[in-house]
Amino acid sequence: MISHTGKAATVAGYEPRVASRRITGHIWKWVFFSSTALGIVLLIMLLWSVFEPGVGWLSWHLVRDMPSRVPEKAGMNSAIWGSIWIVGTSGVVSFILGLGTAIYLEEYASQNRWTNILQTNIANLAGVPSIVYGLLGLVVFVDWMHAGRSVLAGGLTMALLTMPIVVVSSREAIRAVPLSLRQAAYGVGATKWQAIRHHVLPAAFPGIMTGIILAMSRAIGETAPLLAVGGASQVLFNPTGPLSSFMVMPLQIYNWTGRPQAAFEHLAAAAIIILMVVLLVMNSLAIALREYFSRKNRW
Amino acid sequence: MSAHATVRNDTQETGSRPQGTPSQAPFSGIARDLVSGPHPDPMEHEVILDIRELNVHYGDFHAVKDVSLAVPQSSITAFIGPSGCGKSTVLRCINRMNDLVPSARVDGTIEYQGQDLNSRNVDPVEVRRHIGMVFQRPNPFPKSIYQNVAWGARINGYKGNMDDLVERCLTRAALWDEVKDKLKESGLSLSGGQQQRLCIARALATEPDVLLLDEPASALDPISTLKIEELLRELQADYTIVIVTHNMQQAARVSDQTVFFSLNDDRQGVLVEAGPTQKIFTNPGDSRTEGYITGRFG
Repeated sequence: MISHTGKAATVAGYEPRVASRRITGHIWKWVFFSSTALGIVLLIMLLWSVFEPGVGWLSWHLVRDMPSRVPEKAGMNSAIWGSIWIVGTSGVVSFILGLGTAIYLEEYASQNRWTNILQTNIANLAGVPSIVYGLLGLVVFVDWMHAGRSVLAGGLTMALLTMPIVVVSSREAIRAVPLSLRQAAYGVGATKWQAIRHHVLPAAFPGIMTGIILAMSRAIGETAPLLAVGGASQVLFNPTGPLSSFMVMPLQIYNWTGRPQAAFEHLAAAAIIILMVVLLVMNSLAIALREYFSRKNRW
Repeated sequence: MSAHATVRNDTQETGSRPQGTPSQAPFSGIARDLVSGPHPDPMEHEVILDIRELNVHYGDFHAVKDVSLAVPQSSITAFIGPSGCGKSTVLRCINRMNDLVPSARVDGTIEYQGQDLNSRNVDPVEVRRHIGMVFQRPNPFPKSIYQNVAWGARINGYKGNMDDLVERCLTRAALWDEVKDKLKESGLSLSGGQQQRLCIARALATEPDVLLLDEPASALDPISTLKIEELLRELQADYTIVIVTHNMQQAARVSDQTVFFSLNDDRQGVLVEAGPTQKIFTNPGDSRTEGYITGRFG
């Protein structure tokens, strides 16, 4: 009775127009597909513009050696270790402070006008230009705290920058934990902290990890705040502690692209490839951790 | 009860249903269960929970008005009534679960072993260990079956042999035989009915005196429901059970005492009638109770 095109058997008062409704659906599908495709094409072009000049200059000595004025001898060992120190410091600090803030706001603070204002402003912080964080870090950490132009100052500045991301994503993860799970914990006589520690946080952990991954990815690519805090452009040794001076990969790349010799441009491209590899490795570790925990906790 | 005069008489408003059966035998289907079932007179037992003048507000909304009720020890009390009549709210007052709702305000007294549970200096965490709760939808922890039972005991400082406790609770919850070979597996791998019995075992692990069940079988199939009901009958010797149910046959089958809640004209939940289950289902004292249990409204 009902044909595939919907032309037959119309009931009085209805105008089903199934064919045109289906066409509308198809049009939207293609709109969404082409926006995805555009992004992918641009990404491929970007990757190609890096790989084409850079891939021939990839070598172990680039990873192992220190920077040099001679392109053939120049490496980025100090920059790689500097980035790891900076991202590590900022990751630990923003994890502790960001998660702590998220737990307080979500579980303990009463929901009123002030916490609403606070929440909006934390989200807004994620949109503040990164150089502003750099200047703040210069004043607070480098000058007031006398941390100097060190890993500590750079890491803390980067933690300021990434904390809003951690707070917002952790809050969402904590809020997504079903009420029934909390009730189950309270129902057997758990205190608030026992319910949070044993049930809410493990259930929210995968979401929290996603926030940390995003934050670390942002931190490893940031240049401007570290320029302000004083990541040096030539460091010929690796950081040995929180108060060492440092150099990071994006700064090294920036430095090389500014040099007159054409060879340094190829080196910069090769360095970008290495930066992306380091980023991928770090993210894979975090994702593996997340998967491990989400497999452990399913409701 | 004091709101008698203000409550609209639903039985008269909704008279559209065919009333073939005369009033002397309107409950025949339910009454048959009653004849065979074990229904000792609940009033023979000592009162364990004495609720007086309980009022609950959610913000400006007066959800429960002037509820007074005595729950006898080692018996099953069923709360029945239409949706939104406050029966779950009253249940959640008994173990202070309403403390978790920021807008809730509870007035009145709930006396338990001579102590007012509602009093400011009573710690709700301590209350919930003595008055356990099972929820509408099975909500086992995303942990192993063993841990589901052990966790509540452990956080409450249980010092005895944990393996024995877990076995004892699972046995009492009529689940041991089904899970004894897979205690390490996730509680969520069980079927809905098994999960709910796991939740009962979890509640038993803190060795409570009272078990509150909020529509424990509403998400379960009939066979699982029957198992839960049999289980409640077995537990009744050692525990005082209060169960909220939408299913009147269930109330008739399992409970010793039935409490009927309804809404008054201001949409406030009120207690209409409480009494031995047999009496409520065969000879209710209030026309609203009769209207509800015969299916004429609600």
